[in-house]
Amino acid sequence: MSQFDVIYLGGGPAGYVGALRSAQLGQTVAVVEREGLGGTCVLWGCIPAKALLEAASIAEKVAKGAEFGVKAEKVTLDYGVAMKRSRQVSAQNSKGVEFLFKKNKITWLKGTGVLGAGKSVKVTGADGKTEIHTATKGVVIATGSRVKGLPQIGLDLDKTQVLSSDEALTLDHAPKTVAVIGAGAVGCEFADVFNAFGSKVTILEVMPRILPVEDEECSVELAKAFKKRGIEIVTGAKLGTAKKAKGGVTIPVEAGGEKKEMTFDIVLVAAGRAPNVESIGAKEAGVQLTERGFIKINATFETTAKGVYAIGDVAGPPMLAHKGSREGHVVADILAGHAHHPVNYGNIPNATYCHPEVASIGLTEAQCKEKGLQYKVGKFPFSANGRARTSGETEGFVKVIREATYGEILGAHIIGAHATEMIHEFAVARENEYTVEEIDLAIHAHPTLSEAIAEAVLDSMGKMLHA
Amino acid sequence: MATKVFMEALSPTMEEGRLVSWLKQEGDAVKPGDVLAEVETDKAVMELAARGEGVLRKQLVAAGTTAAVGTLVGIIAGASEDIAALLGGGAAAAPAPSPAAAAPAPAATSPATPPAAPSVPVTPAAPSAPAGRVVASPLARRLAGDVGVDLGALHGSGPGGRIVKRDIEAAIAAGVASAPTSAGGATAAPRAAVPARTGAGFRDEPLTQIRKTIARRLSESIGPIPTFYLTAEFDLSRAAEMRAAAAELGDAYKFSFNDLILKATATALTKHPEVNAHWLGDKIRYFDAVHLGMAVATDDGLIVPVIFDANAKGMGAISAEAKTLAKKARERKLKPEEFTGSTFSVSNLGMMQIDQFTAIINPPEVGILAVGAIEDKVEVAPDGGFIVRKKLRVTMSCDHRVIDGAVGAAFLQTLRRLVENPLLLSL
Repeated sequence: MSQFDVIYLGGGPAGYVGALRSAQLGQTVAVVEREGLGGTCVLWGCIPAKALLEAASIAEKVAKGAEFGVKAEKVTLDYGVAMKRSRQVSAQNSKGVEFLFKKNKITWLKGTGVLGAGKSVKVTGADGKTEIHTATKGVVIATGSRVKGLPQIGLDLDKTQVLSSDEALTLDHAPKTVAVIGAGAVGCEFADVFNAFGSKVTILEVMPRILPVEDEECSVELAKAFKKRGIEIVTGAKLGTAKKAKGGVTIPVEAGGEKKEMTFDIVLVAAGRAPNVESIGAKEAGVQLTERGFIKINATFETTAKGVYAIGDVAGPPMLAHKGSREGHVVADILAGHAHHPVNYGNIPNATYCHPEVASIGLTEAQCKEKGLQYKVGKFPFSANGRARTSGETEGFVKVIREATYGEILGAHIIGAHATEMIHEFAVARENEYTVEEIDLAIHAHPTLSEAIAEAVLDSMGKMLHA
Repeated sequence: MATKVFMEALSPTMEEGRLVSWLKQEGDAVKPGDVLAEVETDKAVMELAARGEGVLRKQLVAAGTTAAVGTLVGIIAGASEDIAALLGGGAAAAPAPSPAAAAPAPAATSPATPPAAPSVPVTPAAPSAPAGRVVASPLARRLAGDVGVDLGALHGSGPGGRIVKRDIEAAIAAGVASAPTSAGGATAAPRAAVPARTGAGFRDEPLTQIRKTIARRLSESIGPIPTFYLTAEFDLSRAAEMRAAAAELGDAYKFSFNDLILKATATALTKHPEVNAHWLGDKIRYFDAVHLGMAVATDDGLIVPVIFDANAKGMGAISAEAKTLAKKARERKLKPEEFTGSTFSVSNLGMMQIDQFTAIINPPEVGILAVGAIEDKVEVAPDGGFIVRKKLRVTMSCDHRVIDGAVGAAFLQTLRRLVENPLLLSL
């Protein structure tokens, strides 16, 4: 039994960042984590998936090489090798977090944590031994979320035919045919990877378009790019009960007034994540849940149990690593009695790393309409951008939505190569309440993709120069 | 020949000054040495003198505004001279400046003029005159200029006190916005920083420079609440007599010494509103009414229920309410609204034979009174013999950012007068 200032339950991007910040503020910190450090993000999400996407990107570039005078012959694609590299990258990152823990004297309590009375946590190690640890300032739940599968239509995760992204990340070969259910960020990214490694990919999405939370123009542009690469997209799809057989999984699909049965080697369920709240003793500790099953918190992340806090996926959407990390940072400040800047939930970037990449921040055009805002749209295609032409990555555009009178940047949407890197110009601008005029005044280097941002901004003011 | 008037460093440590009032109005003739304005520094109110001759053509900072050293606050120029170029920004479309205005002021006329602050934000499209070194987002500036909100009069809620969009929206909601100022220079009446009085039973006062310096220096020494303690011993002889006399009148009139202290504290607070306050970081909130917190020990720990409007309640009412609240506290039946909102607190450990102690301030309150045990003490009587007196020790913890030593002492003097002459409480 030991005592700490703060105990984090979960070593993912919310918990481990919170722990680092707490330690930086001079607190004694423990993190309960049964798996490796880094959580879904480092082990089963962001990091390994991006490593695979990089492989996909290289495959795509090699295929286009001849056009650049670089002709590669007898190119072979091996998903197994890409997977192994992705696991290595993941492990390196996890080790990196472990190193940071050591450097900051953070105690890693290896095991499964359950909330106890007051601010205590019972930790059961792999050997079955239990220990009770107490926190003087607070216990922070950061247990994250998981893919829940779709048992209601016969698609419960079985790790062989019906997979979550966890298993997709450890496949040793790309399947011949694969259905990706759910066209959010995860679905689109895996569709991209499998397509690049030669699978016949079909995206099945219930909503009328892929990337349904993004601005509609980005969805349309991405669908165009995917179809060009041979990815089949079925939107507005109604799925019947699936039948598993040795030869594959058969799903009755109804879309556009048409009914058909589709059979796939593998089905990847990329829809619906559930918060991990079941096994942490929430109820007994007096930690209440919201109607949607997340942990109920107040403005300072405190749950309905005094001294118990919750951050990250488990504390509510959006379920994004960077949202959880920011919450970890802020909760650490609060627990250390430091002044804190509240999390600006209106200014969290979205990023999808498929090709072309899609990134956004703020409101979509549809949301602006819904809210009855007076706005103007500016748009600039990468096909008119010099740097994009040099690399042959001319798909996509920058779209900025500004308030009509004062030029406030209401939303920004980028689809194209490196969109996920470029979105932060808008993140900084919006955080500081810069208007489109400040973005225009800031000189953008030539030739860069970011010039498209400056041009889109000019277009929103009716002053576009290069198109 | 135009001369720029800058906020000058009027004391060695001055980084910013609050322009208290303009002594020269726009249009007044001035010559070198004339006092243009009064400026409050971190130490005192000083005079800002003219360094050139002509007419005070423009006041660029409203009275009551705080401006960093080096900020352009005014323009002295010939009566008909074109000063558009000196006003900076937004003037590009103006007719070509006359040669006189374009020529820089000769160095001899402004030997000690400090250079303009390098970081004054330039906002080409800002429709209003820049109000000194006001930190505000570009969006906030545009909104403020359009709806006529004076940025200098706002407190920013962004990082480092930066004024952001929501502050402008709040100001608009609070009705601060005026009609957009017309281009004419007729609005010469200085807008003094009137303490914001609301109908909510309190008034907020922006921090004066000396308060800011005291707060900063003392917090560096003992933080985050720089507390000091004042102890006094009260003579309870008369209170004891009054208590005995009241008890003879029947149960309805009985009161405890604690009730008396509560009542006397509430009354004393009405006479010393500077102690009945909240420290809010960028301002001090002074309350009209006394909401007296009384610390109650329960099995769960300390809780401080509140006797609201204690200043308006008689001893009987306070006594009854104190009893009810203490009972509810021990039974854990207090509602949140019954233990939040106090403006000053009293903690009593007398019943536990503690002679005297110091209590910890319950922020954002700025003071708390710790009451010790009553004991009989032998005292030298006026005739040279010895007499036995009932004595009580109280210790007041004071937040030095708000309460200075003499202020706390004056409060305790009043409290002593009331406790030692309890008849005053019924007068």
